[in-house]
Amino acid sequence: MATSTTDAPLVRPDSTIVNAVKAVALLRESPVGLFGALIVLFFVLLAIFAPLVSPFDPNATILPFAFPGTAAPDGGVFLFGTDHLGRDILSRIIWGGQRVLFYATVATISAYIVGIIMGLAAGYFRGYLDEIISFFANVILSFPIMVLYVLIIAKVGASGLNIIFAVVFASSPGIMRIVRGVTMDIATRDYIAASQTRGEGPWYIMLVEILPNARSPLIVDFCLRMGYTTITIGALGFLGLGLPPPDPDWGGMITETRAFVTGGFPHMAILPACAVSLLVLGFNLLADGLREVSLKD
Amino acid sequence: MPQLIMRRIGMMILIMLTVALLLFLMNEGDPRLIARSVLGPYAQDQQLDAWIVQHGYDRHILVRYVEWIGRVMSGDLGDSIIYKRPVNEIFWDRLGNTGILAGVTFVVMVIVALTLGVLAGMKEGSTQDRVISVFSITTTSIPEYASAVLLAWIFVFTLGWLPGTSSMTSGFNVVELILPVMVLTLYGFGYVARMTRASMAEVMTNPYIRTAMLKGLPYRHIIMKHALRNALIAPFTVIMLQINWLLSGVVVTEFAFGYKGFGALLLEAALRRDIFVIEACGTAAVFVAVFTQTIGDLGYTYLNPRIRFK
Repeated sequence: MATSTTDAPLVRPDSTIVNAVKAVALLRESPVGLFGALIVLFFVLLAIFAPLVSPFDPNATILPFAFPGTAAPDGGVFLFGTDHLGRDILSRIIWGGQRVLFYATVATISAYIVGIIMGLAAGYFRGYLDEIISFFANVILSFPIMVLYVLIIAKVGASGLNIIFAVVFASSPGIMRIVRGVTMDIATRDYIAASQTRGEGPWYIMLVEILPNARSPLIVDFCLRMGYTTITIGALGFLGLGLPPPDPDWGGMITETRAFVTGGFPHMAILPACAVSLLVLGFNLLADGLREVSLKD
Repeated sequence: MPQLIMRRIGMMILIMLTVALLLFLMNEGDPRLIARSVLGPYAQDQQLDAWIVQHGYDRHILVRYVEWIGRVMSGDLGDSIIYKRPVNEIFWDRLGNTGILAGVTFVVMVIVALTLGVLAGMKEGSTQDRVISVFSITTTSIPEYASAVLLAWIFVFTLGWLPGTSSMTSGFNVVELILPVMVLTLYGFGYVARMTRASMAEVMTNPYIRTAMLKGLPYRHIIMKHALRNALIAPFTVIMLQINWLLSGVVVTEFAFGYKGFGALLLEAALRRDIFVIEACGTAAVFVAVFTQTIGDLGYTYLNPRIRFK
């Protein structure tokens, strides 16, 4: 047995920020992913600077049934027209985007926290805990997702907080499954045995040793899930179970004005429909690009 | 194999019972709420108490759960509060309507997805592959409620070819079915197409395909006889799982087109707290989902000889 210690240079792991920058730099290799990232970035910037870029108050009733390009009574132009109550559609899309992005992000991150903790525990401790967590995950995942959302929201009522709760409830089992699978794989590696021998506690091992090494499938899944959550929030708004009016949300805008599509005012519902599709497309392309890039190394 | 089937079916029953328990706790956990929704907002407290005792809701929840399971198994789904009729009279018609919509969509979607997936995976990285991939990722990004509006604009308002609502009130009408099926297919086919593409691309790299090529077999023959059979095993499970997604989409699509199906019934019942209808719809949805999932698992095991003969 060799006793001499090798003087391997200590490699400091990069910080999260450096890693994030590297990931974005890697996206150069995938034009599709880059395009998706630009779409998402565009909506994020719109959301952040909503007060500056939105031309009108999103809830002010100004001039009903105006087509895109109509001049507003007191200066300015309704670039996207107005809805049946005379509210500027462009402003509502911008503010609605802010709301959708905010709730989608908070809900998805919350679902990730719950899903990661359950997945790590199930995959690392195994045994009865794993059986129980996996069984309940199977139960929740066996619901058609929209049926589950309708049941939950109808029970607890429609509000921003309840939507976050419903998303966490419905999507953390899926996240848990991914984390559990990766954890079971990583838990057999030598460096995990090393840290167990070192006497590290189980949660230290899970969070510091395992989780960072499980990140690449999770980042791809996160982008996909942001897209799903955006769709879900819109669908709930469309079904009348979403964020409370009058503040704009894309699904609600579509459902309020879709009767006018066949009545000669298609822009009212079509523009928010395009907005939600474009944002989801951005997330999907980004996820696709990230997957492609992560498969390359 | 028989052991595996028994285990899967046992798991299926266990999941169904748990789901039923969840639905039951959610809807009938608090007897006063049931009494309130049955008797209406103006009922006095004494009336509520009397109703609870009269209908046996004062007993322990687990007793009521077991009794409820027994009633459902014997086909008694209770009475609808909104319609004042047995749930059985409303529910099965609605489920049948959804069955038609989902069935037609399923067939169309599987054909579209498999065709495009095979065409894309045949020549990985070709222009044909790129175009199909971009198309399917784009349609997958357009949620049902958005494509319902967009397609209504094109086919109902601009072209005037199709009706804007599909209530099916004047009997079965194929024309009314076109838009909902289109909406569901566009959103749903992408995932299966991607899986098929990946599976096909993988099969095409196998040495036996190269052998067949070098033997000089016609390309069409290689694809149809040699590649497809192996390439379609993996998508099979995904296709069965797709039924779960389809039921999800059905809720939104039925609402969008005023289609009188079970998704619309569930939504109406949930909004108006019609508890027995909610329970029936919820149980049915999960039953279909779990059942198809089990079939998918078993079918995959059967189709894949490497697992079958273990």
